[in-house]
Amino acid sequence: MSRVALVTGGSRGIGRAIALRLASDGHAVAVNYATNSAAADDVVATITGNGGAAIAVRADVGDADAVAAMFEAVEEELGRVDVLVNNAGITRDDLLLRMGPEAWDQVIETNLRSVYLCSRAAMRGMLRSRWGRIISVSSISGITGNPGQANYAASKAGIIGFSKSIAREIGSRNITVNVVAPGFIETDMTEELGTEIAEEVARRVAVGRLGRPEEIAAAVGYLASDDAAYVTGQTLVVDGGLAL
Amino acid sequence: MERTEIESKLTDLLVDELGIERDDIRADATFEEDLDVDSLGVVELLMALEDNFGVKIPDEEAEQITTVGEAIDLVEKKLNA
Repeated sequence: MSRVALVTGGSRGIGRAIALRLASDGHAVAVNYATNSAAADDVVATITGNGGAAIAVRADVGDADAVAAMFEAVEEELGRVDVLVNNAGITRDDLLLRMGPEAWDQVIETNLRSVYLCSRAAMRGMLRSRWGRIISVSSISGITGNPGQANYAASKAGIIGFSKSIAREIGSRNITVNVVAPGFIETDMTEELGTEIAEEVARRVAVGRLGRPEEIAAAVGYLASDDAAYVTGQTLVVDGGLAL
Repeated sequence: MERTEIESKLTDLLVDELGIERDDIRADATFEEDLDVDSLGVVELLMALEDNFGVKIPDEEAEQITTVGEAIDLVEKKLNA
């Protein structure tokens, strides 16, 4: 039995690693992307090249109509979504005094509203199947806070409260809802910060280095599996011991 | 479609999907109090009715449903619309 997974923001970075991991665990994977179709196609090609099933599906996950259309497309091509990974996220970092409403709204819409829209869309099918996994990628920023990231941290903390609430709503139907909170992971998003900050962060990490996208994907793989059936409403911090 | 057909399908769903005693199911029975179906169970039931009868029940109308009879009325109304 092959389960269907949808990974939002699945074309690059952590999302790409999650898509590849879930495919290697035997899921048919829908790779959502916002703009970079070449990157999404590359993930799909990698999966299908390894004998897996995958499609790329474009959608702005902060947009209700686009999300509805995305789920329709995935259900038509792969079937009902069993595993939803809310991974899509952006940053618009700035000090609060300089953070305009647009930077706030964009981040909340893409990072948090998307989680609401996608989880809601996925829930119907999961209730019918009486099985489901909703896994959202938060951030250590949402737990400890981070200067310059008031919008990002708010969106990532919001995901945690959202997930705990939904976990209580639908736990009785074999649907678990969990969060993975990465620390500093080597991706395009953290690369923007420069090597100096990366080295400084690495010194503060107990494990002594930045994380790899695959290490986040492994946590998602676990939470998506039957082994994690009794884990719900949790936030699994995968940060190499940064926030201890 | 006959009202009795909707009624018997709904009864089957309540018995088969939600484990309700057939004898407890009456038109005036409330889902949450009389039948001990939680609010999520009511949502699931309405989804199953949508699937079975090929109708669409908007959330605003679904929220108004409290009894077995009201659910039957709503499906009947949708089918005849």
